[in-house]
Amino acid sequence: MAVQVLIPTPLQKYTNDEASVAIEADSVDALIDGLDNQFPGIKGRLCDDTGRLRRFLNVYVNSEDIRFLDNQATALADGDEVSIVPAVAGG
Amino acid sequence: MQFEPATPVTVTLSRSTFTGLRCKECGHDYPASARHVCEDVCFGPLEVVYDYDLIRSRVSRATIEAGPVSIWRYRDFLPVEGDPIDVGTGFTPLLRADRLARRLGLKHLYIKNDGVNMPTLSFKDRVVSVALTRARELGFTTVSCASTGNLANSTAAIAAHAGLECCVFIPSDLELGKVLGTLIYNPTLMAVKGNYDQVNRLCSEVANTYGWGFVNINLRPYYSEGSKTLGYEVIEQLGWQLPDHIVAPLASGSLFTKIRKGFDEFIKVGLVDEKPVRFSGAQAEGCSPIAQAFAAGRDFITPVKPNTIAKSIAIGNPADGPYAIDIANTTGGSIAAVSDAEIIEGIKLLAETEGVFTETAGGTTIAVLRKLVEQGRINSEETTVAYITGNGLKTTEAVSASIGEPYLIEAQLDSFNAAWQRAQAQQV
Repeated sequence: MAVQVLIPTPLQKYTNDEASVAIEADSVDALIDGLDNQFPGIKGRLCDDTGRLRRFLNVYVNSEDIRFLDNQATALADGDEVSIVPAVAGG
Repeated sequence: MQFEPATPVTVTLSRSTFTGLRCKECGHDYPASARHVCEDVCFGPLEVVYDYDLIRSRVSRATIEAGPVSIWRYRDFLPVEGDPIDVGTGFTPLLRADRLARRLGLKHLYIKNDGVNMPTLSFKDRVVSVALTRARELGFTTVSCASTGNLANSTAAIAAHAGLECCVFIPSDLELGKVLGTLIYNPTLMAVKGNYDQVNRLCSEVANTYGWGFVNINLRPYYSEGSKTLGYEVIEQLGWQLPDHIVAPLASGSLFTKIRKGFDEFIKVGLVDEKPVRFSGAQAEGCSPIAQAFAAGRDFITPVKPNTIAKSIAIGNPADGPYAIDIANTTGGSIAAVSDAEIIEGIKLLAETEGVFTETAGGTTIAVLRKLVEQGRINSEETTVAYITGNGLKTTEAVSASIGEPYLIEAQLDSFNAAWQRAQAQQV
């Protein structure tokens, strides 16, 4: 079950400069672990010591913020697109 | 005998007072390049680091007063190295608002009117002037942004002035004035089918692969510093004094935090005497994630999907929300939300009492100001400054159904007399 993950520029040093990678995962939590298996160390950037996504990171599944879904337990299906986006200023 | 040309002497006379970037959360240091998050540790936002001893040695009230009548009179507090892009941004009027004050029951009320900021009539000209100056220094030839409207206007205009390529992104449902006020500068304008938070996400994805300077993304640390000048100017215009209380609109929360930083920096370098200033923030009920978190005593933001006429502040996922809550709490201020109807009343109240036509964000600020006075959260004796950040002519749709109509008359005295009597009768 492959999911496409969009990697923000600051994390691309972990992904050999790839802006998009494919990961097998059935939930956001599984995706984070899958990313770390493929790109060791990336989970430590994405999550704090308790495994929670850092508060300045936003994660979207098919353009929907996972905080409107089921947070890190949000289920993923084949072909889903997951985007990791650091917080930005606005207006 | 042959004369050699004099050997050119290159003098590096850097005027910059900043030394790099630092994570606001964990303190990790980074060079002053195009980056905005703490990528090595915690993904917290990066802030510009200054040498305040150097600033203190360079500036005084007199040097600032002798500077240009723009934000660049404070250039020693801004993260630029060379000649700035000076389009006359800043030093907007601070109006003593006695008629509005009396209406609300306040004694010392001021309006900081950035609705007449240059060149595009909103406070965004401050942040964009700084961001594009820095973008040019960092070698960018194309600049971009995600915008609720005002930022798009400003980025397109100042990019045109500076000769930079420009591609900006907005939600597709923005007010006509904001769309037109961007297109006239001939950027590439992307109207995205979605709300601002979706536009922002898309822009972050574009930024991953396009080597552009996004003012609110990879240039964010520099961009946001421009808002500090709204703090400096109020101090200077109050006769080098701090106010007691400020009220400002909250969208991402960045402006709020930077007004505070501006006040703190002037205290730090000895330009103004320290005293407590209370910070209160204004949101629209239809997009009030910060006000909701404040009311619930939370220090984290639960995002919302915006549904309000106050489109310029309709950010459902505000990046600096937690910092805004912290400032309101630690200064004894408040954060409140008002309905769209109250926002329209706020726009009309400011116009009718002070002759200032603001957009929906300003209406939100005035409506929240009124609410906080009614709730006793602003003391009538406090010197209070309300920040008006945008111009009403950009959002005429918001008020067009609420302001009456002209009397259509013939070019004859009888026709005028009859209409005048009708007008007098309506006023009773």
